[in-house]
Amino acid sequence: MTLLRALFSRMLSLVVVLCVCFFALEALPGDACTTFLDQDAQDPELLHNCRVKLGIDQPIPIRFAKWAEALLHGDLGTSVARDRPVAEVVAPHLRNTFLLAILAASVAFPVSIVLGVLAAVWRGTAFDIGMSAFFLVAMTLPEFLIATVLIFIFAISLQWLPAITVVATGAPILEVLPNIILPVAVLSLVMVAHTMQVVRTRVIEAMQSDFVETSRLRGLSFQRVLLGHALPSALPPTLNVIALSLASLLGGVVVIERVFNYPGLGTLTLQAIHDRDMPLVQAVVVIFALTYVSLSLLADLISTLLDPRIARRAD
Amino acid sequence: MADRDIFAEASYHFSAPAQASSPVNTFSDRSLWKLLRAIVHKPAGAIGVLFVLFHAIVVLTGPWIIPHDPLAQDPRTILAAPSWAHPFGTDLLGRDVLSRTIVGGRIAIAITAIGALLAVVGGAVAGITAAMRGGLLDAIMMRLVEAIGALPYLLFLLLLANFFTGGAYALIPALGIFYGTAVVRVSRAAALSVASSDFVAAARVRGERSSTILFREILPNVLGVIVVDGAIRWAGMLLGFSSLSFLGFGVAPPTPDWGLMISDARNVMAIAPWATLWPCAALASLILGVIFLADGAGKALGR
Repeated sequence: MTLLRALFSRMLSLVVVLCVCFFALEALPGDACTTFLDQDAQDPELLHNCRVKLGIDQPIPIRFAKWAEALLHGDLGTSVARDRPVAEVVAPHLRNTFLLAILAASVAFPVSIVLGVLAAVWRGTAFDIGMSAFFLVAMTLPEFLIATVLIFIFAISLQWLPAITVVATGAPILEVLPNIILPVAVLSLVMVAHTMQVVRTRVIEAMQSDFVETSRLRGLSFQRVLLGHALPSALPPTLNVIALSLASLLGGVVVIERVFNYPGLGTLTLQAIHDRDMPLVQAVVVIFALTYVSLSLLADLISTLLDPRIARRAD
Repeated sequence: MADRDIFAEASYHFSAPAQASSPVNTFSDRSLWKLLRAIVHKPAGAIGVLFVLFHAIVVLTGPWIIPHDPLAQDPRTILAAPSWAHPFGTDLLGRDVLSRTIVGGRIAIAITAIGALLAVVGGAVAGITAAMRGGLLDAIMMRLVEAIGALPYLLFLLLLANFFTGGAYALIPALGIFYGTAVVRVSRAAALSVASSDFVAAARVRGERSSTILFREILPNVLGVIVVDGAIRWAGMLLGFSSLSFLGFGVAPPTPDWGLMISDARNVMAIAPWATLWPCAALASLILGVIFLADGAGKALGR
């Protein structure tokens, strides 16, 4: 029931996002033709011909219907500024962004579990308080600021890592990897900041619960109770938060890519907005929204599958 | 639990979820002075008060204390290192970084303050209405709030920033709408928890009018939650706005603004780190100050 409701709510979100995306972009002053023709846009005939050619002379509702219909078939349209199918333009950028996100998540997940458990075990110590303070700062500051300061420390002062990523958009993964250590570090730092406190809270809660106390009274060792009982019950909510924070951080990816000049989806979005390349912007927004929706559905699914209490809870 | 955004997640750590708390202490219980003393008692709260106070003074006196014209370019002192004439050095166009940093927060603070006020007042009215009315209105409103919350914040702001054309001030509605949805959620939950309490039931039994119940019983009890949450939204808005500025969608170039200054100077950070790091420090101290202050206030109000 909960899952069905979540599915419905996510689908509704998706529809609202698509509408906002389409109409907000269409309401922009200027279109691909005024940008493309530049000075020549003064000439009404040239402007009209260009619009007819690109199919943007029709009224908005008709274009929305066409766009939505094509979208249902998986057709993202043609980029007007680049004159290539949107899917073709987007694909390598999408790969780069996913590479960044997946690497960051696979660093952030174990790190936040280990730090969270340690902070819970050493609750109230200097380690715990220091970690909380550090990650509170990391969580509240803008990503571009953290990235800039890290570039200053690691790329300029210490000169350990490159400050920007000089990779071609379609470069093989192995060539990209050594260049993106710093962006991955920034993204995982922000992720750990969001998830580590959740792990800590859940482990503390679990350690205080009755079943853990029973196990302790049965004479099981502290490690055994911690790793065998407390951690497993703390994991589902953690996975849930990680999936959600990954989804929320999609927005931050735009900034981080810009800071490092990384050829990902965020950089493409900014370029597309600048070029007034509506089909491309709309496609990118659709991808972002779809990823967000599937990640949060995944989060719901994880918490339902791993925690039967949620599935049975009456709404 | 699924409809959380970054800052709802953040505020989760700072203060207990609103629905879990029993009717909270309010401003009427303690005077503001006592509240301030309770905040300053904790080191984090003291830092928060200090930072916010410092920024408040700088914002109010800014135009009168700057040593140079923040827009005046000087080709002879491009990227000059800090000196007595330019304590924070100069930037790519030879402009004084100290003067630009002093006035660089004014627009961001003005815009986000208005935006936060809009978000808090609008969000609280909508949230409390949804909680009191319930039914279809509540359902529609919450689905809409969820839908907006499902967007990555920056993408949403970028799109809305384009929708409302006309400079940085046109971002106010975009910021207000996006961060207002979180306020709707928090104030609705707070109002629901207060509405189920015994003293509201008692007021109903006494036969009080619903407007009396709203203004005399519910509002005073949710005000603390909403104000503290509003401060956290404001910090979030500062983050969002300066990110937009950094990306070139906020304040227009010659005007000094922290996000824009960082974006402009970051390519020459190896030669002139001062032009990047001072605005970074200013922005970071303001956001952290607001967060620490809000956190301290939340704890002092008994949450």
